[in-house]
Amino acid sequence: MRLPTGESIALPNSFQPGDKIVVRNDIPDGHCRTPHYLRGRKGEVVSILGDYPNPEKLAYYQKGELRRLYEVKFSPADVWGSYNGPAKDSIVADIYDHWLEPSHG
Amino acid sequence: MANTHDHHDHVHHDHDHDHDHSLTFQPDHPDTDYDFMEMAIRELIIEKGLLTAKQIQEQIEAMDGRTVEKGQELIARAWTDPDFKARLKADAMNVLKDEMGIDMEHQPEVMVVENTPGVHNVIVCTLCSCYPRSVLGVPPAWYKKKAYRSRVVVEPRVVLREFGTDLPDNVEVRVHDSTADLRYIVLPMQPEGTEGWDAERLKPLVTRDSLIGVAPARSPA
Repeated sequence: MRLPTGESIALPNSFQPGDKIVVRNDIPDGHCRTPHYLRGRKGEVVSILGDYPNPEKLAYYQKGELRRLYEVKFSPADVWGSYNGPAKDSIVADIYDHWLEPSHG
Repeated sequence: MANTHDHHDHVHHDHDHDHDHSLTFQPDHPDTDYDFMEMAIRELIIEKGLLTAKQIQEQIEAMDGRTVEKGQELIARAWTDPDFKARLKADAMNVLKDEMGIDMEHQPEVMVVENTPGVHNVIVCTLCSCYPRSVLGVPPAWYKKKAYRSRVVVEPRVVLREFGTDLPDNVEVRVHDSTADLRYIVLPMQPEGTEGWDAERLKPLVTRDSLIGVAPARSPA
């Protein structure tokens, strides 16, 4: 059984590799794929992974509009406040465009 | 000593009594809420005619049949064939489908990330237990545990040491949280001392743990 797939939409936030971003600090109701520990955290876009139907809609059998998925890199010290390891270590997560905002500084 | 006495009595029972052989098929542990949910949904799917019991069982068998072997084949080939490795890193989906004979229909996309002298990748799914099941089958139990899923993003080097993997500070530990539509497989570094080995000889050095990134590939004996 296949779930309904998405249709294309105008993407609200468009990023390129190297762009600095901040993950939206939000706690919406229902299913989403943005881990809590990364919300409100600053990171950097590594690559564009493609466009995928929004899982927040698919989870409730709604038609998921296409969302751009980004590979985003974070510094563990920025995520946790402190990190007991080399500064070059990283956490990489896949995050949809509507969770990302440009970071200025 | 009442229990001992009862047991003693039972042993001396005649064996042609009506003991209940259906007890053989009782579960080893009490059913959990998730067991009941799974049963209810499975029975509904069958009753509604969406899938047959046979189709479900065939999928379970296919899943159980997937092991580390496909991963060993994949990595050994990547180590011995630079063009294959380049294609695998660029477009794992089509390589798995067209060159490895893996059925990727209705399967999440797979991406291969390469370990280098400067970068060590390790995979987790902090949200649930996403895993490249289409290639490697069912994940190990520890991969699904909250301990691994929470600790590997907080203190990856400590977790890796518990797996026997001690990485120097000049290597970047890169933890991939597979939060969305992609499933990750690590391409471990080819062990030293295996230069010139053919793919068949290299295969046994590729372990499941090395494909998740909690360990390097096995060193030659």
